[in-house]
Amino acid sequence: MDFTLSKQHQLQQQLYRNFAQTEIKPLASEMDEAEEFSQELLQKMQAVGLFGIPYSAEYGGGGGDTLSYALCMEEVSKVDASSGITISVHTSLCCYCINEYGNEEQKQKYLRPLVDGGKIGCYSLTEPGAGSDVAGAVSTAVLDGDEYVINGAKVFTTNSGFADVFVVFAITDREKGARGMSAFIVEKGMPGLSVSPSIPRMGIRAASNCIVTYDGVRVPAQNRLAREGDGFKVAMTALDAGRIGIGAQAVGIAQGALDEAIKYVKERKQFGKPISAFQNTQFVIAEMQTKIDAARLMVHRAAVAKDKKEPIGSHAAMAKLFASDVANEVTRAAVQLMGGYGFAREYSVERMMRDAKVTEIYEGTSEVMKMVISGIMKIK
Amino acid sequence: MKIAVCVKQVPDTTEVRLDPKTNTLIREGVPSMVNPNDKAALEVALRLKDADSAITVTAVCMGPPQADVALREALAMGCDSATLISAREFGGSDTYATAAIIAAELKRKDFDLIITGRQAIDGETAQVGPQTAERLGIPQVSYAEDIQLKEKSVVVRRRYEDCIHMIEAPLPCLITVLPEIATPRYMTVRGTVRAYATEVPVVTFEDLKSHLNPDWIGLKGSPTSVVKLFNKQVKGKGTLLTGLSEDEAVSAIVRKLDELAII
Repeated sequence: MDFTLSKQHQLQQQLYRNFAQTEIKPLASEMDEAEEFSQELLQKMQAVGLFGIPYSAEYGGGGGDTLSYALCMEEVSKVDASSGITISVHTSLCCYCINEYGNEEQKQKYLRPLVDGGKIGCYSLTEPGAGSDVAGAVSTAVLDGDEYVINGAKVFTTNSGFADVFVVFAITDREKGARGMSAFIVEKGMPGLSVSPSIPRMGIRAASNCIVTYDGVRVPAQNRLAREGDGFKVAMTALDAGRIGIGAQAVGIAQGALDEAIKYVKERKQFGKPISAFQNTQFVIAEMQTKIDAARLMVHRAAVAKDKKEPIGSHAAMAKLFASDVANEVTRAAVQLMGGYGFAREYSVERMMRDAKVTEIYEGTSEVMKMVISGIMKIK
Repeated sequence: MKIAVCVKQVPDTTEVRLDPKTNTLIREGVPSMVNPNDKAALEVALRLKDADSAITVTAVCMGPPQADVALREALAMGCDSATLISAREFGGSDTYATAAIIAAELKRKDFDLIITGRQAIDGETAQVGPQTAERLGIPQVSYAEDIQLKEKSVVVRRRYEDCIHMIEAPLPCLITVLPEIATPRYMTVRGTVRAYATEVPVVTFEDLKSHLNPDWIGLKGSPTSVVKLFNKQVKGKGTLLTGLSEDEAVSAIVRKLDELAII
């Protein structure tokens, strides 16, 4: 067992850190206030390869692994969680489905431009009436000749405002419940596809997150991913793997907030000394860093397991459950350490505290994580 | 066309520690990075390569074994190959000895163009580039802020404090570049993977000994002897003139400079 990153991972971490600190950090607050993601930044992120890290170079991807992707998620989310989720939904949900379940033709047509930095993808699963209860979806896809006709509405679809490729889930056979769901690849611009303006939210405000309406969208039958009825499995395995990215994002948010607080407590003087000289400050920081390290180790364990093709369900769910909790606790502590300045919008920790909340909600709530973990433990 | 870019691995800190006995840098335990001027040199070379696919770029570094990391970064930025020059015999070399060693390696490979950063942030001597050109017996142009490649020559815009020189030099030649010449590109994810899939050969004393006099290298081949290194002391506060109009201020400054025989 070795807890040291390989030289290659260290070099990748250097790239992610340098890029995030130089290109993303200066824009984070501005994008949050504007509630809009910079398309110029998006292109820069694509150019260095942040949108195809764990996919084969054969399809134009980075040729890296899940651990490298997790390192990227952490470094990016340290400075901006919105940039993190933009990468994550594209990479570990949209691209994952096509890479894992797509046929060669689908990979050439859709995966290649997604992972080589040409296009952006999203993942359209959650519906107004179907959140944690994924199988409760009511969107439908009906085969009509050699086309499926998709009808329905999806909500909270991250990246949908500027995505080129939509992986969407719809019911093809109502009778079969979860086994009656299928997955499809829909392209931007297909008639009947419409995307609302971004939904106003508490955090990750720069990310695009909209209602997507499918009003009689006709997609060629060859755009179905896997077999008819495999949709639930496609959706769930993507989410299983995606949780590693959200865990890494949560670690990043927490470390980013703690780093800001540490800088502050060394400079801030009260009662004649820097507040870092007070034992309360020292203890809070020691506790927070310990929890972040524990969360990071759990994320890395899940990432390495995925790279070794070992089962990840439990590792990934535990990593997300724990890391998202840590992110909320640490950001809250960071705001508290910084007092009024932590609460002020001028400093970034209030944004990080708002951003942290969603890590307990999306890609499976903390409650769903507990269902997954106890289920794998066969606790009935 | 074959371009070599010489890069140095330098400590990534402004607080360098010195060995009190030898007055040389202590490198252990200090995070390191590619010398910023040399990253600009890499960028210039890679831009030439972007414009002409027949160009290959090789990064060359002399240093301890851990300098390998600097070369992996150069590969991840897009260099075709990289060579590490590293041997116990080379330890303690000053700029004069270093140039002799680097020149011995470059000579073996017949490069058409050699680009280096103007100077390194640790030693700040700006000597290794020009000394390497002297050892190779090829033309050199320093302080370049632009390079135009022609078929058998380069046209370089050389920036001095008070003037610019346009210089055409025949190939092969060596150019040292200013950091302003180009903002270095980021590595790419694919580049980082390729960087570690590429073999970085280590050139040792054995490989170069037919081109090197053992008396030219290492501490004993180094004519530089550092007596003492110290931080620059800040001089007096200077004279502050206040309450003057713009014209009065100009006259007062000119008068003072005249008094001091500066003008």
